[in-house]
Amino acid sequence: MWGLDFSQLDWNEISVASLDTLKMLAASSVFTFILGLPLGVLLYQTSRSSNAWVRTVYSVLSVIVNILRSVPFIILIVALIPFTIAIVGVSYGVLGTIPPLVIGAAPFFARLVETSLREVDRGVLEAAQSMGASTWQIILKVLLPEARPGLLAGATITVVTLVSYTAMSGMVGGGGLGDLAIRYGYYRYQKEVMIISVLFMIILVQLLQMAGDRLVKHFTRK
Amino acid sequence: MIELKQVTKKYGKGLQTTEALSRLDLTVQKGEIFGVIGHSGAGKSTLIRCMNLLERPTSGEVWVDGVDLTKLNKQQLQNQRRKIGMIFQHFNLLSSASVYDNIAFPLRLAHVDKTQIAAKVNELLQLVGLEAHRDKYPAQLSGGQKQRVGIARALASDPQVLLCDEATSALDPQTTDSILKLLLDINRKFHLTIVLITHEMQVIQSICDRVAVIHQGGIVEEGAVTEVFLKPQHPVTREFILGQAGESAQLALQAPHDGSSRLCKLTFLGEKTYDSILSRTARETGVDFAILQGTISKIKDIPYGQLIIRLEGDAGQMEKTIQKVKAEGLDVEVLD
Repeated sequence: MWGLDFSQLDWNEISVASLDTLKMLAASSVFTFILGLPLGVLLYQTSRSSNAWVRTVYSVLSVIVNILRSVPFIILIVALIPFTIAIVGVSYGVLGTIPPLVIGAAPFFARLVETSLREVDRGVLEAAQSMGASTWQIILKVLLPEARPGLLAGATITVVTLVSYTAMSGMVGGGGLGDLAIRYGYYRYQKEVMIISVLFMIILVQLLQMAGDRLVKHFTRK
Repeated sequence: MIELKQVTKKYGKGLQTTEALSRLDLTVQKGEIFGVIGHSGAGKSTLIRCMNLLERPTSGEVWVDGVDLTKLNKQQLQNQRRKIGMIFQHFNLLSSASVYDNIAFPLRLAHVDKTQIAAKVNELLQLVGLEAHRDKYPAQLSGGQKQRVGIARALASDPQVLLCDEATSALDPQTTDSILKLLLDINRKFHLTIVLITHEMQVIQSICDRVAVIHQGGIVEEGAVTEVFLKPQHPVTREFILGQAGESAQLALQAPHDGSSRLCKLTFLGEKTYDSILSRTARETGVDFAILQGTISKIKDIPYGQLIIRLEGDAGQMEKTIQKVKAEGLDVEVLD
């Protein structure tokens, strides 16, 4: 069919690459959420403050986040090599890909968190305040639960973005399906490998999006 | 119970400063239902938000239950706020929490233990009549039910004061009545001090003991509802009251009338409303009267009547009638 021959595929290598992609995705998602969620809350809180100093903190944070988001991911990977080596010891493979993935995705997720927190009805925050809630109680018991559907939707978008980032990291020696597609499909003209790799990533994205949508629906009370 | 002293609230800086409240003094007694009425933009929302410092006054003192809230630090203020319940026009319930969890919320904030929370919430569910809805989410409730959840939540921490910020303005007339009745019940049962702000005179009339009229950031009239309602002094107050019966009163004043007759407005209050004072007096003095407009209603529990009448007959006898009716305890205002 179209001159393609799938019988010669090395399924062993494909399954290793698929697993690598899943590993990178899982690890980078976890760290992205761990870093991005507090950063998003911090952005939200500092942006609302009436204190001029706190708002300066917001401006600085905001600029940093914007810079990280505007640098193309492929350049970020290369620029972060010293940092990556300092943290995980290597700059290639599954392990070496995780730090740049997190640094690339966390600011993006933080913005999504900030946006969904802004969607929370101010009246509800005011009500909590009138009941004597502390700032921490408002964040943990009002803001985050009320924003949960938005946060889950943001998390889904972030994970999907990470799928494409892991593929890009294949360009610079990261492992996984992207790496496979580039090495075999691009450099060695084995279209079949490229097609299968891309197909797997499409399926992965579809599954993630469906799972995310389902979670959002489950937690939506409106 | 609540005392505002010289409270001023300004918004904005420099030339764009607007003064929402200016040197306002107000005292609310323990156990009463105190109403504040005003047009939108008069400052009433700012006023009620100053009572629990959701809005911090630019200057002045806010005393609630013997404590000046403006002098407290953050932690102390949070503790004091637990003694001040508040309900809102748009209910402001947690949309992600069930009815039960919404009512339990203030108790969880105060780290009350689970069994105590369960007992308290069940008691409150019963009080507001929502036992059947305990596991529903706010989006599944009607406006009236949401406000009942709001009331239960506000009462959960056994507050001394309940602040009602336009609590019935988003509700239809029947639901408004049932919510007002609930507030009145609560006031009587727990001797809870209630402050409510509204733009509807009917709300004031049905449950308040005292009322203040706010206009352009200041109180222009204040007193017992019977007093203010039946003898409004300030033009803004008159406007609010005329809003209800205004048009027919205007028509009454246009009724044919010349030098040989007199227009009077009679006000009955309390048990006198049911007395036949007017016809008895007219029979004695031999004057005739025509009723041009009349209202008989209640202010909270107190019946009142207001009649605009045209007296006809001998001038001396008419004067005598007015004096006699006054002596019987009615309030008479001669309109011409």
